[in-house]
Amino acid sequence: MMVDLSAIAAAMPYLLNGLWFTVQITVVGVTGGIVFGSLLAVARLSRNRIVSSLATAYVNLMRSIPLILVIFWVFFLVPWAIGWMTHSGRPVAVGASLTIFVTFVLFEAAYYAEIVRAGFRSISPGQYAACEALGLSKFHAYIYILFPQAIRNVLPILLTQTIVLFQDTSLVYVISATDLLGAATKVAQRDGRLVEMYLTVGVIYFVICYAASQFVKQLQGRLAYGVR
Amino acid sequence: MSLLFEPTPDGAGRYLDWIVSGLGWTLGLALGAWTIALVVGTLVGVARTLPKGILPRLGRVYVETFRNIPLLVQMFFWYFVLPELLPVRIGMAIKQMDPPWGSFIPALICLGLFTAARIAEQVRAGLQALPQGQIQAASALGFARGRMYRLILLPQAFRIILPTLTNEFMTIFKNTSVALTIGLVELTATAREINENTFRTFEAFGVVTIVYLVIALLAWQIMSRIERAVQLPALAGGSARP
Repeated sequence: MMVDLSAIAAAMPYLLNGLWFTVQITVVGVTGGIVFGSLLAVARLSRNRIVSSLATAYVNLMRSIPLILVIFWVFFLVPWAIGWMTHSGRPVAVGASLTIFVTFVLFEAAYYAEIVRAGFRSISPGQYAACEALGLSKFHAYIYILFPQAIRNVLPILLTQTIVLFQDTSLVYVISATDLLGAATKVAQRDGRLVEMYLTVGVIYFVICYAASQFVKQLQGRLAYGVR
Repeated sequence: MSLLFEPTPDGAGRYLDWIVSGLGWTLGLALGAWTIALVVGTLVGVARTLPKGILPRLGRVYVETFRNIPLLVQMFFWYFVLPELLPVRIGMAIKQMDPPWGSFIPALICLGLFTAARIAEQVRAGLQALPQGQIQAASALGFARGRMYRLILLPQAFRIILPTLTNEFMTIFKNTSVALTIGLVELTATAREINENTFRTFEAFGVVTIVYLVIALLAWQIMSRIERAVQLPALAGGSARP
């Protein structure tokens, strides 16, 4: 079987369009995931038993089930949930992108929560005590003192998880969304070019993820020598 | 949960039977792939710690390739692309395999080799965490390299990495769901099929979610039992840094 390069060139604009959606999912997943995940991490450290065990249950549940299953849950249930909230009594059609954004924030938050929590635990207890002694409110203590240190301590792991997230976006294939892989699949099926398309997306994913992981490795080296 | 005991549209049984069958494929795929991953991962991990030669470089290429391409894309590679690249006769033979096996075997190879890359990194980290004195002492005692790894280095390295291996073991059960994209009717695909037949979304996905939770709990239990069973008294307290 010969690989037809002109077919790849012809499909490139469409593939790049798909890549743009992949990037969008990643950006929404990272920002939403870190914000919600940090809230979950703070909730897990709360002295309020109910708050902390609810957060723990959420994180453990999300980390025990496959992402594809979560995509299906959101895909089938969000229309019902919106219908119920708007009292229309029947499901409301929701776009695939919204489903996907919601899924990735809900799912990745559980993973980011564990990383941020590890960050909080890496801060010396003196910092917590000092915040209290200075009379900072909980909110200010977290925002100005604890969170920046926690994030800094786990930055490489946080970025590695982001690379994983970037790869995980390919799973939106299961609801026929047009991300990078989805775009490739559509071209592959239309033109009968499975080999060219899948090899091309493989190379694109590899180049991006390899470059990103090398960057993380460098950063890790630099942080290790930084002043603590 | 009455759904489970209702007859399926093909009249051959109940929905419970579908769930059991899906569970069987999920477990079979996960455990089979785990076996491949442990063997290949250990070999590649050891190769990466060798002092010189081509093997450490090949090991690195292996790990970087399998870690930087999404699992789903790899799945498509084994299922769609490989049979086209092989000689026509072999390619046709692969494509004409009977239904469950035609997707099970590519999924098994794919998930096994994918997880192997991740295990290789952990094995390498475990080996590199050992003090240099271990290698020097083993050489001084006249151990050849093969026996040194088998009898001295690997047993200690594996004890160090058991917690991260536990994580990996729990992940492999979740990753089996990706095989539904190449047509394997494992647990998640079963939930989708039941949903399509009954439109009882909550029950269909609810049951399968609970099954995944139970699997995760059992996998964790098994690994922590192993962890306790192989713990060395002198190194008790988890991280084995003498």
